[in-house]
Amino acid sequence: MNYDKRSLLSGIKAFIAETGDMAYFAGRFFREVFKRPFEFKEFLRQCYNIGNRSFLLVGITGFIIGLVFTLQSRPKMVELGADAWIPSMIALAIIREIGPLFTALISAGRIGSAIGAELGSMRVTEQIDAMEVSGTNPFKYLVVTRILASTLMIPVLVILSNFLALYGSFLVEYLKGEVSFRFYFDEVFRAVKYTDLIPSTIKTFFFGFAIGLVGCYNGYYCKHGTAGVGIAANTAVVKTSLMLFIIDFVVALITDILFLS
Amino acid sequence: MIQKSVQKNVVISIRNLNKKFGNHQVLEGFNLDLYEDESLVIMGKSGTGKSVMLKCLIGLERFDQGSISVMGRNMEKLSSEDLSYIRSEVGFLFQGSALYDSMTVRENLEFPLRRHKIKFGHIKNTTPLIQEALESVGLQHTLDLMPDELSGGMKRRVALARTLILRPKIILYDEPTTGLDPITSKEIVFLIKSVQQKFQTSSIIITHDVDSARHLADRMILLINGKNYAEGTFDELDHSDDPRIMAFFKS
Repeated sequence: MNYDKRSLLSGIKAFIAETGDMAYFAGRFFREVFKRPFEFKEFLRQCYNIGNRSFLLVGITGFIIGLVFTLQSRPKMVELGADAWIPSMIALAIIREIGPLFTALISAGRIGSAIGAELGSMRVTEQIDAMEVSGTNPFKYLVVTRILASTLMIPVLVILSNFLALYGSFLVEYLKGEVSFRFYFDEVFRAVKYTDLIPSTIKTFFFGFAIGLVGCYNGYYCKHGTAGVGIAANTAVVKTSLMLFIIDFVVALITDILFLS
Repeated sequence: MIQKSVQKNVVISIRNLNKKFGNHQVLEGFNLDLYEDESLVIMGKSGTGKSVMLKCLIGLERFDQGSISVMGRNMEKLSSEDLSYIRSEVGFLFQGSALYDSMTVRENLEFPLRRHKIKFGHIKNTTPLIQEALESVGLQHTLDLMPDELSGGMKRRVALARTLILRPKIILYDEPTTGLDPITSKEIVFLIKSVQQKFQTSSIIITHDVDSARHLADRMILLINGKNYAEGTFDELDHSDDPRIMAFFKS
């Protein structure tokens, strides 16, 4: 019993300490991001890496989600005589929730783990120290560029994923209900309002920031040699996924208070 | 040999250096003087704080107590510009080479050259300097290779070229032959020796390898439990009748 209490207490202490460390890490990002020199070339390289690494995966999964979601909800909607509502229902679900969250979760697995592993391996092989000795601020060169690129590229990936998900949904409607492209997207645009678009778009920037931050944090402070690199990559995915749900919950709460209540 | 060194300028001076990781005292009152053009070898068992001392020396690790002076400048009171200047004058050869995986050999060498603007300004054409540095380690043909296409010995040579490209006055070698086969180790030792002669650098070399120490050391420090245990030329220590020194050299 005593042992359980002790381990619970040490777990809580470790959680608080790590949250504090991560907040400090985030604070350092905001301090460094506006300072010269700007590592513009590396930032562009990271934007390309993140986009290039993920667009196919995000695009395909988005398309399949739209397809499956419509396939599964269509019979019930037809049974209720509400098949005309399918485009707007699917659009709202995808744009407000499914698109951003799924894209962010997939990106956490793809980008977050890659960042964690890359920086982790650089840490254990002393490449980060070598960078510092070479007259470079490694935090600026490696961390700031990756967090910034992730913050800006995740929204782009979400837009791509949302569009392909809606296209997948349209294909089902076209094949099963003979709905035209124009009718389907007219219904989509009629249903989606700014109050749907703005919070979900803002949310994606926070998702991107969380993916970059947690990936970089775990990689940058990687310990215990090569085994630590695997742990850094894995931990980055687990923590980011949890963080994404928390952000999603907080944004849903704020949106409800500001726009929907 | 020591007499000769004493007459020269001290380029690095460490006094009463203390460093702790948690409850583990890594360095305890460590002292060191490195003279101009001198090759100082530091030996000691793993975990006695040799690499930590080098990292404190170049500002990669903070120390708890003591003082470090590099080329007459107190490392604790340096501005970021001064620290950057010191780092351009003090090269560091890392234990595992630490080449950037995502860059070619050319980019690896170009990186510090473009970054140390205080020393070099904006260099338009870096190719001649890169080629010269690679020639000095005999690897001019590796210019467009990636680090994972190089052998362990070649990586160490490229890392040395990356250090040399900054034309440092002092080079710190952190176990330069660790993980290499005996023949490649010997090649690296001779390369270090030729670099010291050609570029007139002062060096601190950390090694476990007695054979490397024999070839490289003008003077040696034996580090035990984070403290200076013995100091002298290779021959002086090799012929010592102190059982702890003997155990080290005869093993």
